[in-house]
Amino acid sequence: MSETSQKAVAFRGGGFAPKPKAWIGVAVFVVLIAIAEWGTQSGWISPLTLPKPSDVLDTFRQLYTSGLLFQHLGPSLARLVVGATIGVSIGIAVGVLIGLFSHIRSGLVPLVAAIFPIPKIALLPLFVIWFGIGEGSKYALIAFGTFTPTVVATYGAVDNVDRTLIRMGQSFGLSWWSIVRKIILPGALPGILSGLRISLAIAIILLVAAEMLGAQYGIGAYILEAGSLYDLERLFAGVVILSLLGVLVSTVIGVIERRMLGWRT
Amino acid sequence: MDIRLDGIGHSYDGVEVMRDISLDIPNQQIICIVGPSGCGKSTLLRFIGGLERPQRGRVLQLGNPPQNCLNPLTYIFQDFALLPWRTVTGNISLVLEDHGIRGGAAREIIADVLARTKLTDFAKALPKQLSGGMKQRVAIARALAVKPAVMLMDEPLSALDSQTRELLMDDLVNLWSRQPFTAVYVTHNLAEAVRLGHKVVVLSRRPGQIREIVEIDKPLADREFGDADLDAYQKRLWNLMRDEARAADEELLHV
Repeated sequence: MSETSQKAVAFRGGGFAPKPKAWIGVAVFVVLIAIAEWGTQSGWISPLTLPKPSDVLDTFRQLYTSGLLFQHLGPSLARLVVGATIGVSIGIAVGVLIGLFSHIRSGLVPLVAAIFPIPKIALLPLFVIWFGIGEGSKYALIAFGTFTPTVVATYGAVDNVDRTLIRMGQSFGLSWWSIVRKIILPGALPGILSGLRISLAIAIILLVAAEMLGAQYGIGAYILEAGSLYDLERLFAGVVILSLLGVLVSTVIGVIERRMLGWRT
Repeated sequence: MDIRLDGIGHSYDGVEVMRDISLDIPNQQIICIVGPSGCGKSTLLRFIGGLERPQRGRVLQLGNPPQNCLNPLTYIFQDFALLPWRTVTGNISLVLEDHGIRGGAAREIIADVLARTKLTDFAKALPKQLSGGMKQRVAIARALAVKPAVMLMDEPLSALDSQTRELLMDDLVNLWSRQPFTAVYVTHNLAEAVRLGHKVVVLSRRPGQIREIVEIDKPLADREFGDADLDAYQKRLWNLMRDEARAADEELLHV
């Protein structure tokens, strides 16, 4: 036996389990910005292609010191919050109804499917006629845009609630309302929150579209004005604000998920 | 309170799954139902608890449930059916809330059932922190909390490993010895059936019919793991079932 050759069994397991590594994300940003800065400084990226990141930062600083930043950010955030709140709450309500009642499901699922692919931006003129050129049309556009993805995510989440838990509730004589409130809604929450990530990202996209017509202030208005003047520094400063807004929203949802979904395995 | 099954029959999509099942479930006895897979054991249990309606026959309650009984027919499920977002205490209070029992009264009941199932130290744990055996103990505690007249147990130990199963069988015997309860216990495990059943009902393969009812006289508390006379009962049950089980197994291949 001592003569037989021996070698270690080759390891072939592992992998397929990505883990978050916080600093790599930051590093990617830093490297990309550094390349852009170096390229624009040394001249192989022409200033017409890409503005200097340092200039963008400078524009951003001016925006901040002049107080214009908050003059633009304030109305935008208000539109975002009001529009998304309307769209998401109606979306969740309708989604839950679709998840619970056969007639509502049969009636509304085709309607939602028909509305979903419409580019909501195309309807902006219609909303201006319906709700006026002021804030109404902007709320409506954002609300409409967040509504459809929220509905789809919500009724999917309600469908996915473990049926054995519902049977359990019935077997203990829980009322219909108790089953909805204590079993279906908490069970659907993970799906609703992940749908919210998509809905709110769409809300930020639509914010810019909403401010195309009849907005003097707002991040979208600022970007569109810069764009029409080919003022790339200001354009990029605005885009960076939108990106930061997106990161912020995603972080907030992450915090809510950690708080409320700690029970998930 | 007794339960009487009167000529229960049922078909799914034209396939007859159950035929003319009549059975009395007397007070304070554990009736085990065994049978090959697909014989409709679990369906029968759902009929008894009113979660499904049989096409033929009736399920009757004889007499009234005791006064303090909150939910006369109470299930214990194979997959525990605990709400993962509620703690052990929260899962038990769930079934009390709808009966208007909250606060002090609820705490008293919860403390009592947790003590009876040896879960007092786990009151604040979430289901994800518990082992399978502990989860099923929580489900048993939850069932005890509503003071059922009849417990309907659907393969309650089938999701557990064999050591945990032994431990929980001892716990069930202890619970019954201290306070006898009525139960219908569906299982495919004959060892569980001879250990816990006062009567073992053997169902045939589809369409499920009662093939034989085996009575086991030995008191529950005296039964132990590996008892020779229990083994004899188990062997007898297996002889009754073997051909049915084989036929049922082969039948599934044709579907």
